[in-house]
Amino acid sequence: MAQSTDKVLQVELVAADRLVWSGQATMVIARTTEGDVGILPNHAPLLSSIIEGVVDVQTADGETWIAAVDAGFLSVADNRVSILAERAEMSHEIDLEHARRELERCKEAGENDDEAREKVRRAEARVRAAERAS
Amino acid sequence: MALSVREYRARIRSTESMKKITRAMELIAASRIIKAQQRAQAAAPYARELTRAVSAVATFSNVDHALTLEPENPKRAAILIVTSDRGLAGAYSSSVLKEAERLVEKLKGEGKDVDLYTSGRKGEAYFKFRQRAVAQSWTGFSDQPTYDVAAEIGATLIEAFLAETGEEARAVDEVHVVYTRFRSMLSQEPTAVRLLPLEVVEGTEPPEQNDLLPLYEFEPSPSEVLDSLLPRYVQSRIFFALLQAAASELAARQKAMKSATDNADELIKKYKRIANQARQAGITQEISEIVGGVNALADAQAGSE
Repeated sequence: MAQSTDKVLQVELVAADRLVWSGQATMVIARTTEGDVGILPNHAPLLSSIIEGVVDVQTADGETWIAAVDAGFLSVADNRVSILAERAEMSHEIDLEHARRELERCKEAGENDDEAREKVRRAEARVRAAERAS
Repeated sequence: MALSVREYRARIRSTESMKKITRAMELIAASRIIKAQQRAQAAAPYARELTRAVSAVATFSNVDHALTLEPENPKRAAILIVTSDRGLAGAYSSSVLKEAERLVEKLKGEGKDVDLYTSGRKGEAYFKFRQRAVAQSWTGFSDQPTYDVAAEIGATLIEAFLAETGEEARAVDEVHVVYTRFRSMLSQEPTAVRLLPLEVVEGTEPPEQNDLLPLYEFEPSPSEVLDSLLPRYVQSRIFFALLQAAASELAARQKAMKSATDNADELIKKYKRIANQARQAGITQEISEIVGGVNALADAQAGSE
């Protein structure tokens, strides 16, 4: 880490219809299909599919940003990290109560098929993101 | 001078109220167009990053994918035509439809059957009136499309493209999109592009000499990443087309309504002139009648004295 302190990651968190967050970060954690992955500066180029989950960004000035994302991609090259998801929300944009009710509703609807499971995962991610931020 | 002053007044009034309507529509379109442009700009980072990722995979790995494979002899093509839901936008919808007809002719000339998919009520109505089959149509969002709609359209088209020929009636070998490109507030251009099979532009930035190409790691595997990447790429292209079309529609409407307002102004001016002329003619006639009457009276009195 010592020699990479002068290096930071340029992060862009992008949803289909807007740029959700962009800035400099020292670490990014996201959930890929294979499990959680943490990206530090000078990471090898990577292109990976991510699933519904929470993205954790530690900025260069020591703040932590948390976002809930849909299935999408994570791409890393030349200290640029882009996280692409059809939908993405920063934790402070999520209404926790509302997200909890949504999760209850999704769970009650059952987890029988892929679509329902995806909905539950998405709701869980939003609740988790909102809880961690508060 | 066929009509009376009263009737001209009524015409002026109705033209004035029509002018108020067109003026309001012009202002509404003008204010919405800014939002539409902002939406198009907001969607740009996603499209840009997605393109970068796709070209990264295409450049740094040798994976063929069903969506990029050129069929050997294409027999059927699908066309998605992006029109508006509402009229009063000048030649907007008809110029898209004209461009689409040209493409249909061209594809038929190449010996391909054409399946039509439309977005927007105008396109649907156009083909319904001509009793031509439309495979599927989507309506109700033309001035502010959401990504969900684009995703749904994309899923339908990809399904049609991937279906094995013969297995289903809907199977197509190519997919084209006809939409209106927003170049500026003044010019919008109907454009036809081929969406599938995908032509991926390789290499976002040409690597410098001596510079080593980054070797990407793919998780879980190149083909699986490509599997989920390419459909999203297609959807994002469709979303882009819808956003451009929305901005163009509003610009076309603003222009059409502006000229309608100007025409109403001209018409009011013309009617006012004619009405004034008619009023003047009425007054002149009355005066000459009075003067004639007075003269006749004076002549009669002079005769009797």
